[in-house]
Formats: sequence, C-alpha cells, structure tokens
Amino acid sequence: MTLRVLVAKIGLDGHDRGIKIVARLLRDAGMEVIYTGLFQTPDTVASAAIDEDVDVIGLSMLSGAHMTLAPLVVEALRSRGSSIPVVVGGIVPRQDIPLLKAAGISEVLGPGAPGTSVVDTIRAAAIVH
Amino acid sequence: MATTREIWHKAFSQSSVRSGAYETMSGIPLEPVYGPDDGEFPGVYPYTRGPYASMYRSKLWTMRMFAGFGTADDTNKRFKDIINSGGDGLSTAFDMPTLLGLDSDDTMSLGEVGRCGVAIDTVEDMDDLYRDIDLGKITTSMTINSPAAVLLSMFIAQAERNGTPRARLGGTLQNDILKEYQAQKEFVFPPRQAMRLVRDTIAFTAAEMPKWHSVSISGYHIREAGSTAAEELAFTLANGFAYVELAAQSGLSVDAFAPRLSFFFNAHIDFFEEIAKYRAARRIWARWLKERYGATSERSLQLRFHTQTAGVSLTAQQPEVNIVRTTIEALAGVLGGTQSLHTNSMDEAMALPTERAARIALRTQQVIANETNVIAVADPLGGSWYVEELTNEMERRAEEIFADIEALGQGSMLDGCINGIEENWFQSRIADSAYELERKFNSGERIIVGVSHFLEGNEEEEIDLLRITNEDEQKQRRRLDAVRASRNSAAVAESLAVLETQAADPEINLMPALINASNAQTTVGEMMKSMGTVFGRHIEVPTI
Repeated sequence: MTLRVLVAKIGLDGHDRGIKIVARLLRDAGMEVIYTGLFQTPDTVASAAIDEDVDVIGLSMLSGAHMTLAPLVVEALRSRGSSIPVVVGGIVPRQDIPLLKAAGISEVLGPGAPGTSVVDTIRAAAIVH
Repeated sequence: MATTREIWHKAFSQSSVRSGAYETMSGIPLEPVYGPDDGEFPGVYPYTRGPYASMYRSKLWTMRMFAGFGTADDTNKRFKDIINSGGDGLSTAFDMPTLLGLDSDDTMSLGEVGRCGVAIDTVEDMDDLYRDIDLGKITTSMTINSPAAVLLSMFIAQAERNGTPRARLGGTLQNDILKEYQAQKEFVFPPRQAMRLVRDTIAFTAAEMPKWHSVSISGYHIREAGSTAAEELAFTLANGFAYVELAAQSGLSVDAFAPRLSFFFNAHIDFFEEIAKYRAARRIWARWLKERYGATSERSLQLRFHTQTAGVSLTAQQPEVNIVRTTIEALAGVLGGTQSLHTNSMDEAMALPTERAARIALRTQQVIANETNVIAVADPLGGSWYVEELTNEMERRAEEIFADIEALGQGSMLDGCINGIEENWFQSRIADSAYELERKFNSGERIIVGVSHFLEGNEEEEIDLLRITNEDEQKQRRRLDAVRASRNSAAVAESLAVLETQAADPEINLMPALINASNAQTTVGEMMKSMGTVFGRHIEVPTI
C-alpha cells in the first residue's frame, strides 16, 4: 500500500528548503506527498490530514516555536478523534526531544538527518500506527 | 593614454591610508596591490578587484554582528556586549511576528515571540532596543523586509525623540522584498504593492537621509534556500536591476539613489567559488549600471557588500567544528573584498547563539583582521589563472540567467523579477538546486565532517544553548498591553485613517504617514493591517 504523508509548515516560519527536500525524498521513495504550504495553524493541519486521510504528518520547524506549536497539532488531532502520528523535523535541540515525545510526537529528526533516515522514520511511524 | 595602474595609483595616492608596517612577518615589504600595468585594478572600472583603490589599508570591513532575541531589553544588552567586545556595527534580527508585520499578541504569533529575533511592537520597544547607543556614531542594519518602511519609520521616530536627526542616521535597511518571495518567504503584501513601499523608502531616504542605505540586495537567503553560487549571484543582481528600474520609473535619476544601494552575499564553504562570485558581482554591476542604466557617478558603479558565513553549512554534530567552517568562509569574504562581515556562531545549527559563542565568532574576524596580514594587499587572488577563469565563468552563467529573466519580463528586469516570482520560476529553480545538492550529500558524493563521515565525538554532551522561554513572550505581551493602555487612542486611530487613505493613492509617499503613526505609538501590526486593507495579501501556491 502506498503511504500518504502530509508535510506541513505551521506558525510564521518561512524556511521551506528542508520541507521541500523532504517532500521530494518521500515522493522519490514511492510515497504520496501533500504539502500544505506556509503559515498553517495546528487546526488547519489537523483538518487537512484527516480530510486527506494521510498515514503520517511531518512538521518542519526551524524558528524555535516547536515546543509551543507541535503539541498543539497532536491536541488538535486527538480532539478530532484522530491518532495520525506526527513527526517533527528541523532545528530542535536534543534536550527538547524527550519533551516532544512526552507531548505525543512520534519521532524527531534533527539537523543533518540523512535522506534514508527521513524515509525510514516516516515509514516506521506509519507502521507503528 | 594612462595605464590602469596609473589610474589606480592616482586614486590610491588620494586615499588616506591607515598607518602601519605593510610588510610580511619576516620584513618583506608589500605593495598595496599586484598585477600588470594594463590589468584590472581595485578602485578602477569595472572594479572586479575591489570598489576602492586602497581597500583594507584605508578601512577594514565593518565587523557587523547580527543579533536579536527576546525583548528589546535583552537585545540591547547583547548589543552592548558586542560593542564592548570590539564589534563596530550593529545588525538587528527581528522575530517572526515582526518580520511578518504582526503584533506580539496576535493569535498567529503564539510561540514565535522573541524566538528568532527581537520582538518590536511599538516605538517604545525601538527606544529600549537602542537605549544608550549613539546612533549618530555607530551604524545600524535592520533585517526587515515586508514591514521595512514601518520599522524604518519607528527607527527615525525613536532617534529623533532622543535627539539624533534623521539626516545623521547611518545604516542599512534590508528592504529587499523580491528575495522574500523567491527564497526567504516572509512576505505579506502582493509583490507590486510591496514594491511601492520599497520605492517610497528609496525616494524618502534619498531626499532626507544621506547616510542611509535604502536597500540591501540580498543573495544570502537565496543561497541558504538552496541555490547554486551562480544563481545567488544572478538572482541578486537581477533584483538589484529591478530596484534600479523601479526607482527610475518614479522619476529619480540613477545617480541619486544607486550610491545608496548595497549588497549582501553568502560566504559558503567552497572557498574559491565564493571569491570568484564576489569579483564577478562587482564587474557585472559596474558594467550594467554604466552601460544599461546610464549611471555616471563612480559611487553608483561600485558594488559594496556585506557578507555572512553560511548558516546551512553548520552542523549540530560536533558544533565546535563550526568555528573552523566559519573561519574559512569568513576568509573567503575578506579575500573577496567584503565591506562588512557577520560570522555565525558555532551553536547556530541548534539555537540562537549564546554570548560566548557569539564572542568567539567575532574573535574569528579579529584574528583574520589583526593576525594574518591578509589585509595588506588588495585582491590577493587576482591574477590566479584559476580564480580569474572562475570569475569569468560566474559572469557567463549570470548573464545566461539575466537573459532568461529579461525574457520573462519582455525586456524589463523589473517585470522579469515579478513575473518570475508569480510564475514560481525562481522558487522552482532554487528548490531544484537544493535537491540536487542534497542528492550529492545522500549519495556520498559530498562529505560533511561529523554528519556523513568522522562521527567519533557525535555523542558527546551538547554545548550550552541559549534558551528563550515562554516567559519572554508573556513579558513582551505585557509591555504591549501597557503601551496600548496609556497611549492616546484617538491619535492612533487618526494616524491609521491617514495611512489607509494615502495607501490607496500610489502617487503618495507613505513614509511621512508612517513616521506620524510611529510617533503616536501605533503598533507594527496596526500599520500593516491598515495598509493591508488596501494592498491585499500574497499567497504562495504550494509546490514541491
């Protein structure tokens, strides 16, 4: 079965180099990829993910807002009765990773994560789910 | 006819040169520049080898460290650290809400206040930001684009309130909106409406702020977003041509504003390619300004630029190694003849820099400037067969791209840049180049120390990082609440009504109305919303 992935930018962060690379990596690995575009909110991302019936959500976050905004995406999903897993990638200091996982984020990809590990992590998150 | 050496020599002899022994460590005397009598020389058209005849013998580059986080008070303290450590220019980083023209209490600002830069809502924040810093003496750069006219008006309002008239203010407004749509993506208004504000700032500063640089045409973000060096060069200069055409259309003569344009390039890790890029940039700018746009003033033809080392080249793994990368990149900027330099800190792949990391980054520049002797001779790599050929190749590739952009604009570089944005042409090219480079990293064709190879040490404990807490966000909201509660709300409403009316008339320069609104303690978000009701909003069609 082809995995469907929603990759999203939430908040005000315009850095889209990473998310576009990740989108292409996942597409080249055979997944169906939907990109939300910039300046989304936790609610718009949760709604889009449910509407599109995706298997995984990937959030790209480089502005330091991950601790505030990423858990809100998980909350928005849960409040809609969805358990779609959320993976966060970007500029995330190591000590934030356990805190994000405690808030319901499935996996965190830090700076320099190689292409293969991005693909494997998304796949693993979908399978666990 | 005089040889180029004679022309150079005349200019050099008229320059004031800093005293000091210009010789090697072992006492070999050094000429200010080397080369054949009829070759290219610094300070001589087309300025490939440098804008000035005497280069660093007259004036070192400005060590301009980019800083901003938390509230205005936090950043003011960091500015003073930088000045006390020997930095000689300030460069202000604004947070994401400010970059997008939103107030700190906007619902979209949640989690972003003070994170990526300093939060500025009103003139009161601007006042605290530059408190006890003599803005008539130290020059200030502001990295702001969509709301650049608003932040410039607040800067003027606070400086004049504190006794420094606008005519004495020296500094740079980034104000390069075109690259926002192409690369950095902090856009608000549609391109043509946003360009009206750029025009207004160019015209206003040309008339009233003789020491101010109205636009810093920036390739830095284009490169960070993934372009090649040649694309960075070509897109940046094309944007520069677009601003020249914009200002000329509004009736300004090219020599009235071109001397106040400056550039901002990336210093990436491919050492010689970067140096060739800077050399080609100077040559192309001089030629186009003279031949295509009819500039005659020497200052219009001399491309001057700020450099920042490449943020994307930094690794979270073994972060101390980033000091080495930054050193090499900074040296490329210096050997390429930069006028101003920011060196990234070792911890910036993870967070904004700590004070200690920022100090080491500044010290890196000080070592290059004071210990290595590379400043003694202008364009030391000029005449290298390799560097000269690479310079020519950069120029050839840039000219090919200019032809594409000109075709997009049916003969106009201004329309070519705007049409290229609206058709996603720039964005797609940058994304393609970014993916191509990523493919090389993933295939092992390119190595990154600590990431693809040489991993021993990656598990060591992380260095100390700057933490910005939600308390800073709360603190900023309280500051904003206090201003809103105490200001004259009738004056605010009046200033916004004037702004909105004037925004609807494209013939009016909006700067006076913005300064008036700033003086009334109107917020960034309020001014942007007023203009937005007239200008509308830009929405990018998402493409992968």
